[in-house]
Amino acid sequence: MRACALFSSVLTALGFAVFVATALPPARAADAPDPAADAKAFRDYFVKKFPKVKLDDFVNGPYSMNEDMRKQWEEKEQFPPYEFALEAGKEMFATPFKNGKSYADCFANGGIGVRQNYPMFDEKEGKVVTLELALNRCREANGEKPYSYVKDEMASLTAYMAFTSRGKPFDIKIPADPRALEAYQEGKRYFYTRRGQLNFSCATCHVQSPGERIRAETLAPALGILNAMPIYRSEWSGMGTISRRFTTCNSQIRGVPLEPQSDEYRNLEYYLSYVSNGLPISGPGARP
Amino acid sequence: MSRTIGAIALAAVLLPATLIPARAASDADFKTAYAAADAAEKQAGALRNQWTTTEAALAAARKAAEAGDFDQAVAQAREAEALAKASIFQATSEKEAWKALEIK
Repeated sequence: MRACALFSSVLTALGFAVFVATALPPARAADAPDPAADAKAFRDYFVKKFPKVKLDDFVNGPYSMNEDMRKQWEEKEQFPPYEFALEAGKEMFATPFKNGKSYADCFANGGIGVRQNYPMFDEKEGKVVTLELALNRCREANGEKPYSYVKDEMASLTAYMAFTSRGKPFDIKIPADPRALEAYQEGKRYFYTRRGQLNFSCATCHVQSPGERIRAETLAPALGILNAMPIYRSEWSGMGTISRRFTTCNSQIRGVPLEPQSDEYRNLEYYLSYVSNGLPISGPGARP
Repeated sequence: MSRTIGAIALAAVLLPATLIPARAASDADFKTAYAAADAAEKQAGALRNQWTTTEAALAAARKAAEAGDFDQAVAQAREAEALAKASIFQATSEKEAWKALEIK
């Protein structure tokens, strides 16, 4: 009788445990990636560090934190240095490929006003697809040679596409696919990992030191740093893509850059874009 | 007295050694040093963390060897190996250390 009661109690306890385990959301391990929490912490960090800068203004990089530079930039914007690239990009975008199709056939909404959705996670491929990569894949699918990821044609095309998205908030999605979460996490790891002989990470400059000078350059905050891409840089005397920005950053810290659109850079772009969700696209931009 | 004699004897033994010029490095020395540096740099490459300075030192070593300056070639190859090993150490330690920089 007593054994029977004990057995019944054990069954009840087990049943309760099963109920609790299924009814409550699964507990998150301390190290498990939580992109939404990351993005909030990321934004809070910069807002707290720069209380005078309006949230949307972070996309203007160093101009958001240096009054003199801002004035010069506002004057330059009357005749922006990226204007030629923008015009060229518009024309390239509208010119059909040899097979009669065009870029518009490769993108949602004919490629107009979609910049804020890139990079996106392609569940078929299981990898991140950036806008630059999607443009070259579009070219190759239509029998055209791909463009260099770091040169003018790609910068012009992305400049035009960014321009059609100006003001639209970054809207990067991480689908319920463990590979997407892993890509995000890998991008985060790359962002914070020190590399190169100078032992710098992306965060060393763009989290720990935005607004500070490194030689003649004022460092931009990481929050919103990709919203203005591609950019015309006076230092380059020309336009530069996100690929160019990443590879140049690596060289500057004496690291051998990875190949443009390598998995690492694609994941980095995914992470950096996601944590700037909600901030408006401002590209193409201009920087010193 | 015996101390002074001892010091003179020691100097007599050591002095000729300093006067003999060090053996110049050979092509074989360069090849050995370069192979070690190249192997370390390949390991850094597998970790996706090569340094431009390592690549520059390797190139300088090859250039010196082509010019027949094997002393310089060996010195540059050793420099490259040291740099490559430092980059491997960096990549290995950063596997966990990056978390310390993370905004939380």
